[in-house]
Amino acid sequence: MTRFAQVALAVAWRSLHNILTTPAYLLPSLIFPLFFFTAFAGGLSGLGQVPGFDFPSGYTAFQFVFVLLQAAAFGGVFTGFGIAADFERGFASRLLLAAPNRLAILAGYALVGLARTTMVGALLFAVALVTGMRVGGSGVDVVALIALAYLVALAAGLFAAGVAMRTRTIQAGPAMQMPVFLVLFLAPVYVPLDLLSGWLHAVASANPFTPLIETGRDFISGSPAPAGTAYLIAAALVAGFGWWAVRGLRRAEAAG
Amino acid sequence: MSGQVLELARRSLLQTLRQPALVVPSIVFPLVLVAVTSGGLESATSLPGFPSDSYLDFIIAVPFIQGPLFAMINAGSSLARDVETGFLKRLAMTPMQRAALLIGQLAGVMAVALLSSLVYLAVGFAFGMHMEAGPLGVVALLALAMLIALAFASLGALVGLRSGSGEAVQGFFPLFFVLLFLSSMYLPRPLIEQDWFRTVATYNPVSYLIEGIRSLIVTGWDGEAILLGFGVAAAMAALGVFGAAAALRTRLVRT
Repeated sequence: MTRFAQVALAVAWRSLHNILTTPAYLLPSLIFPLFFFTAFAGGLSGLGQVPGFDFPSGYTAFQFVFVLLQAAAFGGVFTGFGIAADFERGFASRLLLAAPNRLAILAGYALVGLARTTMVGALLFAVALVTGMRVGGSGVDVVALIALAYLVALAAGLFAAGVAMRTRTIQAGPAMQMPVFLVLFLAPVYVPLDLLSGWLHAVASANPFTPLIETGRDFISGSPAPAGTAYLIAAALVAGFGWWAVRGLRRAEAAG
Repeated sequence: MSGQVLELARRSLLQTLRQPALVVPSIVFPLVLVAVTSGGLESATSLPGFPSDSYLDFIIAVPFIQGPLFAMINAGSSLARDVETGFLKRLAMTPMQRAALLIGQLAGVMAVALLSSLVYLAVGFAFGMHMEAGPLGVVALLALAMLIALAFASLGALVGLRSGSGEAVQGFFPLFFVLLFLSSMYLPRPLIEQDWFRTVATYNPVSYLIEGIRSLIVTGWDGEAILLGFGVAAAMAALGVFGAAAALRTRLVRT
């Protein structure tokens, strides 16, 4: 095993161990997506009857995709919180001194975000299927949806890591959380883009998250639609925020 | 006693106003939610039986509940801090009337809640909100909003005084947040398709608080909704105030 992989896996294992053994770290990231799924898929179920709403798999599946991608994004943000906390406790500074390849630290934290997404995604899928969600897509479609969720988690995690490594304090939590929250909720959350009105329609049309969520919904309903744009956007977000996170790492190194 | 209440209300108000982080979220977050949902759910008004042709009119009731949730945190955290720092113990040595502490604290939080309510109304009217119950409806709405604020603030005070821990108070926020989302905040109860959710919303007292405020904006003078709104808020306030008073008595026992 290369030194890069050793460091990345060690950082990931430590963070995961912390998460799994501390309910206060684990439960919010599991409970909140379930809660949003319950509130949206249950409380807004009547929206399936709105004229023009013709999602083939029903409103539960329509909301499931948003909640899955939201949970993936927040899995990344929670990882940013962990990085900031590690800096506050002085652990991250010692890690910077000890690691032969510091990019591996970033890779380790990114792995944690993906692991969080796996946990919460599996739970969400289980709950949604038990409560009667209809999946119109094939196995390949579902795998493609999961891949999209991982890319969202990676992009959000790298964004939050960049903020955490620049600020090195948990007080910067809102700076990690709020932009992600706004991008997510300024998309077609409750109804398809065509049914949005006014300023929100204009903002959602320009929001890079909109093609991701629309493609995810195509996957779950099995509607044949080109998915290339969504993956291209997701890859661009990962690349852009990857650069942002690496620059943040360099700032943290310079700060000592 | 009124002098003591005024002094403690002033202290509570200043404590809050000097920290914008305590005031701004309680005004901004509910309005952001209104902005996002009123744009995102405007198409819900085309559902047969939807009571309004403007989703803004329908959803603007929610900040009057969400804002007091922040008031609950402020009141509870402030009293918990007074316990943690020993302020209450020192106060027990003075001739101050014990009730003055609670009334003063709640009065300060209510003043912030009134300010928030006026901002919600101003923003609502600026974006085209229509008040079906007319100018008197605004007065009734503010009265109900203040009673709701008293209910949540006193429940926060109860938790703060009983636990003496700011973290415990913060821990209660998600519980009430969940109650808000499991209510009729997004759709009228008859239009909620999922039976289990409609049942939960029917047993959830927060639904009646929202529907009381909403009826003044959307329906006009709907006696049943208004009475239920005031009744539920009064019951919650009574529980909170009496519970907090009892907890305060325990905290201020001279030893």
